[in-house]
Amino acid sequence: MGNKQTIFTDEQLDAYQDCTFFTRKEILRLHGRYHELAPHLVPMDYTNDPDVKLPLALIVNMPELKENPFRNRIVESFSEDGEGNLSFNEFVDMFSVLSEMAPRELKAIYAFKIYDFNTDNYICKEDLEKTLNKLTREELTPEEVNLVCEKAIEEADLDGDNKLSFADFENMISKAPDFLSTFHIRI
Amino acid sequence: MAHSVSFDILEPTLESPVDEGVVHDSFSRLIEEQSHSLDEDGDCLEMQVLPEEDKSEEDLLEEDRDNVPYLASLTWDQSEQERGLGTENSRQTDPLIGEQWSYATLRVLSSMPSRTIGRSRGAILSQYYNRTLRLRRRRQSRPSLHDCPRSSRPSIRCYGVEMDTTDVGGEEHKKDKLVNNLQNLSISDRVRMLKGMPLSVVEKSELRKLASNYNGGHSLNRGQIPCCSRLKYYIIIALRHMWYSWLSFLHSLQLWQVALKRVSGRFGTGVLSYFVFLRTLLLFNIFLLFITGLFLVIPQAVHPPTHPGPPVAFTGLELLTGGGYFAHSVMYYGYYTNCTLNGSCQPTQNSSMDANRTGSTLVDHDDAKRGSHLSYNMPLAYFFTIGMAFFFTCIILVYSMSKSFRHSFRVDKPQGSLALKVFCSWDFKVIKKSSVKLQSENISTQFKELLSELSGPHEKKTVLQRLARLSVHLLAWVMCAGSTAAILLAVHYFSDYVHKDLQKRVGSATQSPLEKEASLLALPVVVSSINLLLPGFFNAVAWMEEYDSPSVHTYVAIFRNLMLKVSVLAVLCYHWLWRIASHPQELNLECWESFVGQELYRFLLMDFIFTILDTFFGEFLWKLFSQKALKRKRKPVFDIARNVLELIYGQTLAWLGVLFAPLLPVVQVLKLLLLFHMKKTSLMLNCQASRKPWRASQMTTLFISLLCFPSFVGAAVSVTYTMWTIKPSERCGPFQNLTTMFQSGKLWVQELVSNNPNMSWLKWMHTYLVENPLFLFVAAGIFLVVIYFHTQVVDGQRKIINLLQEQIENEGEDKKFLIIKLQAIHEQQRPQSVQRQNLAGSES
Repeated sequence: MGNKQTIFTDEQLDAYQDCTFFTRKEILRLHGRYHELAPHLVPMDYTNDPDVKLPLALIVNMPELKENPFRNRIVESFSEDGEGNLSFNEFVDMFSVLSEMAPRELKAIYAFKIYDFNTDNYICKEDLEKTLNKLTREELTPEEVNLVCEKAIEEADLDGDNKLSFADFENMISKAPDFLSTFHIRI
Repeated sequence: MAHSVSFDILEPTLESPVDEGVVHDSFSRLIEEQSHSLDEDGDCLEMQVLPEEDKSEEDLLEEDRDNVPYLASLTWDQSEQERGLGTENSRQTDPLIGEQWSYATLRVLSSMPSRTIGRSRGAILSQYYNRTLRLRRRRQSRPSLHDCPRSSRPSIRCYGVEMDTTDVGGEEHKKDKLVNNLQNLSISDRVRMLKGMPLSVVEKSELRKLASNYNGGHSLNRGQIPCCSRLKYYIIIALRHMWYSWLSFLHSLQLWQVALKRVSGRFGTGVLSYFVFLRTLLLFNIFLLFITGLFLVIPQAVHPPTHPGPPVAFTGLELLTGGGYFAHSVMYYGYYTNCTLNGSCQPTQNSSMDANRTGSTLVDHDDAKRGSHLSYNMPLAYFFTIGMAFFFTCIILVYSMSKSFRHSFRVDKPQGSLALKVFCSWDFKVIKKSSVKLQSENISTQFKELLSELSGPHEKKTVLQRLARLSVHLLAWVMCAGSTAAILLAVHYFSDYVHKDLQKRVGSATQSPLEKEASLLALPVVVSSINLLLPGFFNAVAWMEEYDSPSVHTYVAIFRNLMLKVSVLAVLCYHWLWRIASHPQELNLECWESFVGQELYRFLLMDFIFTILDTFFGEFLWKLFSQKALKRKRKPVFDIARNVLELIYGQTLAWLGVLFAPLLPVVQVLKLLLLFHMKKTSLMLNCQASRKPWRASQMTTLFISLLCFPSFVGAAVSVTYTMWTIKPSERCGPFQNLTTMFQSGKLWVQELVSNNPNMSWLKWMHTYLVENPLFLFVAAGIFLVVIYFHTQVVDGQRKIINLLQEQIENEGEDKKFLIIKLQAIHEQQRPQSVQRQNLAGSES
């Protein structure tokens, strides 16, 4: 109990509880995980919001992300500077969106960000190619990749601009019942 | 509608645009005018137009930093002229523009609302502002909130104009509005809204702080708030704290969090669904145990009956047969008494009851009333506890089934299978290296299959091939159905034989009771081994059939196994409820309910033992054999469907048995706990992730529905049948002396009415609603009609969705058309500058 007081104030924990899908206990556990990543950098006392950021390389090494082909994109989409440096708040954000409780809408927004490799707010053919290569570990031939990309865009593109906007993406995701359960990382 | 209107008037104003700001000013002016003229009725139009308007307005200003990479990528495209962003799209084929986008058009394009959602903070804020507004409007019935949206509306109207002044100020303004709106929501709505916002925690907590602070300030400004409302706030805060601690307590109850994480990390969502299902069953049984324990077992255990059965020594075989030492314990129906518990169950009462025979409970109850105030009518408690347990289980089941249906079956049909595969096939939970590798292999083979389907048309099969196929399927079905029928006959005759054998044994007193007990194990052993072996045979048959799609394969396997299990259970129910229950004297049984309870205990236990054997031989030894002897690298694959069906079978037995053995859920809980750890260990040691794709959410829905439909409904029907029509034992149990168990409720109603004449409506209700089957028929009919209407509604929604999709496509066309027009106007206006810009672009 004494430990709890030193990491976060009650006020902070309440705020976390209201703004994320985690309970107090889980926030404390997340802090533990964050602290574990770089014990000499991350302070135990977070009551005065220290400005600490961990680089992408450290976060990507978590066992939950280590084998994920999209690990870099996940971390980048949640970092404010876009380069993958995560503060504790952004770290919490990341796992909150990836938690079981997050609604489809929220998950879709961040999934869109993750798959939008060149951050131009559209999933274009390039992005699709990259996604496919990561998914299949480049086991498909370039022609096959090309064909899949074309067909996929054709299927999902509603307004006919040959790339997927967020609206297209959301519409497509809404047809996939499994998306909610697969876009989920247990922490 | 709104689009076409705005376009018509947009064109003339665009004849002489000096800057983008002018265009947008005219836009907002136009909308202002419209909303003034439409006034009160303009609500919906305003909702449609304004949000988009202020978003684009806002983002146009804000987008300056955002559109730099976008522009860069576009100019790169133009210079490269290869397959890139927009070379192959329809714009190029359009003679009007080609690739020549002016800077201004690009600005308009990049500020479209749809492409800024989830990207810029301002867009999110205004989106949620609209959402909170909508939520508040929905609650306009509340007088205090009624005025707020009205009073805030004029400021939305001039909002677009205000936006033009400053960038930062605009966002602040928007945030204030949002905070203002958030405050007016109830706490739970506010928290839900905050949680769902795609903003960072820092921003959210700032919003939260503002929203709650303002609340405090607000109340301070008003000066004195009445004492009761302050009290209300305190109570709300206290309740909120309690709710949070309750939530975290519930969360800590979530069983096996770590184990489930490990399983899903190695095997993915499919295998996880088995374990989650197991956990669900465990919770069902704990619930059942809680009810029966609280209302039946504990009261009876506190007041043990005065003449328990003959003392029997504990031998150890009881653990297998459930008889002997356990036979006269709180475990079975026969132990429960039919007297009213008060302090102690006096023998005098018992004798008076015996003398009274029918209607004794009435007298007995009066006696009890005189004796003490705390009385507990055991037969009634037994009747209602079982009834309530089934009722609540039914409600929970139907609820979870509907929830699962909502998640897994969308109203519209999935079309874009390829696009869905690209974005939704990766299971983010999987963290083990080899499984990740397997998953990506799996995905690439799926892509290859899909591509081959797309590119090459199906090779036509000849009539002969198709005939051969058909005959193989036919043969397989005949084999499965035939074997099932043969097994059924065998079980039927074997149970008959066991029954006759038992009669003989009862006649001859030479055999030791131990041997007699052991002989009872024959039937459960036979049935369990059938349940174990026949699915293997079905698998072999399915292997012969060579199904093309794995999902059809799974469904067929599930259907065949289900058919087997349901029919075996039906034969067994016939055996128990007709053969044994209607002629208990043939077996010299004092209490046939206890005997049936024991049988169910034996079946449950044998099922468990055979599952252990199956796990050991089927998974562990098979792995050793295939790795050592066959030198293959492959490990066996965890058969989710079969394992889940086994769980469902066990659960059906447990539900059937609750009436006869109230403590049967304990056995089931223990069994499930052991099974979880055993299966997990075996899975980790022996199995590998499956290569087949597994549609987890649809399968989970299927399993829940199977649990509900044949399993629970079957158990409920046979329990109800037992309660309604079969005569309970005359010399034991809570319902002795009654013709049916149901009669205890009837007697209670009569007694209530005779004690209290005001309650005569209860009697009326009972005779007309409960005893009269007509009412049940009418209720069921209404229920069916409601279901029919719902399916009709869903059908209609599907049609509307199709229409809307068409409309979206039209909107897309409209958008393109508008952009082209806009571009044309710019070209006319500043041809020189555009040319120069293009030249500069291509040079860089």
